[in-house]
Amino acid sequence: MIEFRIDRGSGVAAYLQIVQQTEQALRMGVLRVGDRLPTAREVVEATAINPNTVLKAYRELERAGLVEARRGLGTFVRRSLARPESETDTALRAELGDWLARARDAGLEREDISALFTSALDALEAAPRAHPPQKDT
Amino acid sequence: MSESPSPTPQAAATPQAAAATPQAPALRARGLGFRFRSRAGARWALRDCEFALPAGRITALVGPNGAGKTTLFHLATDLLRPTEGAVEVFGHTAGTPEARGGVAFLAQDKPLYPRYTVEETLRLVSRLNKRWDHKGAEDIVRAGDIPLSARVGTLSGGERTRVALALAMGRRPGLLLLDEPLADLDPLVREEFMGTLMAEVLDRELSVVLSSHVLPDIEHSCDYVLLLKDGHIHLAGDADELRATHTLIKGRADHPVPDHVVHARTSGRQLTALVRTGGSGTVPGDWATESPTLEDVLLGHLRAHATADASAAGTAPSTAEGAAA
Repeated sequence: MIEFRIDRGSGVAAYLQIVQQTEQALRMGVLRVGDRLPTAREVVEATAINPNTVLKAYRELERAGLVEARRGLGTFVRRSLARPESETDTALRAELGDWLARARDAGLEREDISALFTSALDALEAAPRAHPPQKDT
Repeated sequence: MSESPSPTPQAAATPQAAAATPQAPALRARGLGFRFRSRAGARWALRDCEFALPAGRITALVGPNGAGKTTLFHLATDLLRPTEGAVEVFGHTAGTPEARGGVAFLAQDKPLYPRYTVEETLRLVSRLNKRWDHKGAEDIVRAGDIPLSARVGTLSGGERTRVALALAMGRRPGLLLLDEPLADLDPLVREEFMGTLMAEVLDRELSVVLSSHVLPDIEHSCDYVLLLKDGHIHLAGDADELRATHTLIKGRADHPVPDHVVHARTSGRQLTALVRTGGSGTVPGDWATESPTLEDVLLGHLRAHATADASAAGTAPSTAEGAAA
């Protein structure tokens, strides 16, 4: 079971924070297929956020096929987001390491590299491609 | 889920929902006005108020001290009668038996008998109410680890607030009104109290209106906002929509100020402003933009109000918040 932490100062909508924290837990393997998410009541009692927000987040996760609600039992993880390719000792990671070394040799600072990576990632995501639809804002 | 044509056993789940007109707003004001009379003369505490708070929502009632928040609660619960216009609870005019049965009010001063134990208090109030939910009320007290045998006078502020909430919820209201419930609570207890309140909303299909000065606490709890200014409704709407239709901008103070600025201030060469964008999110000009929190939106509108007051001149300076603490 995981616990959600809502950052009140952040401009990110609370429902999106729940979705993102669940996705991250799935990516890191903290949540696995068959695990139960806390009930909406448990979440609102612990975080004091609006119940509709929690229900919206769970609907969103269900729509993405990550969890399923079983009547009277709770909400369960259906699909994991953990990818073997994103672990530390893979080929992709090694290539990224090489690229980072070249970027540093070219005189880029940490922030420059991070900005460059993010902008390239944004460009990639902006390009049309068969992919599950992203969350609307 | 669609309405089932034949009666099914599960339909009995929410007794209070059945009594109310399904689409009626939880709280509605039509041309509502109230005028106080005192030795100093008559003063309008509320005037020309027109709003409809949707059922099933948690509305934050925000405004400076003296804006008319408590008066509005008193009108909704028939503790005061409107000077003009009307206020309705689930479509029933305040003061009618239907309206009284549908609404519970948690007043700021939480009138409780200090010598009674918690259990005696619950029993006393249960005798005054036909549709009393004793288990529900006791559960709220228990969730706060308050012994039923404790005398009310020995409880902390947070515990007394919880007992008052239990008394209000025991009446099975469809609409719960809370006047500054968080004012005298420390942050930990505030969070706990709001957690309990949110769980009640989820369990009972409850509509809530709560007034508060603690803006960060309502950020993610309230999904609807009613902002009162000088007895008038200044802003009313869905919280997400308000966030989406406003933008924070930052830039050079010598640039021409864009349209629809709610509130702006300059420090040195920098100008910071809250702008109403009407949903596009874009502001013409050379500005760094940021999406605001609900608190940013409310503060902007509250400050806009303060500036307008100052320029009006002659008005007494409003009491500083927290002065009583």
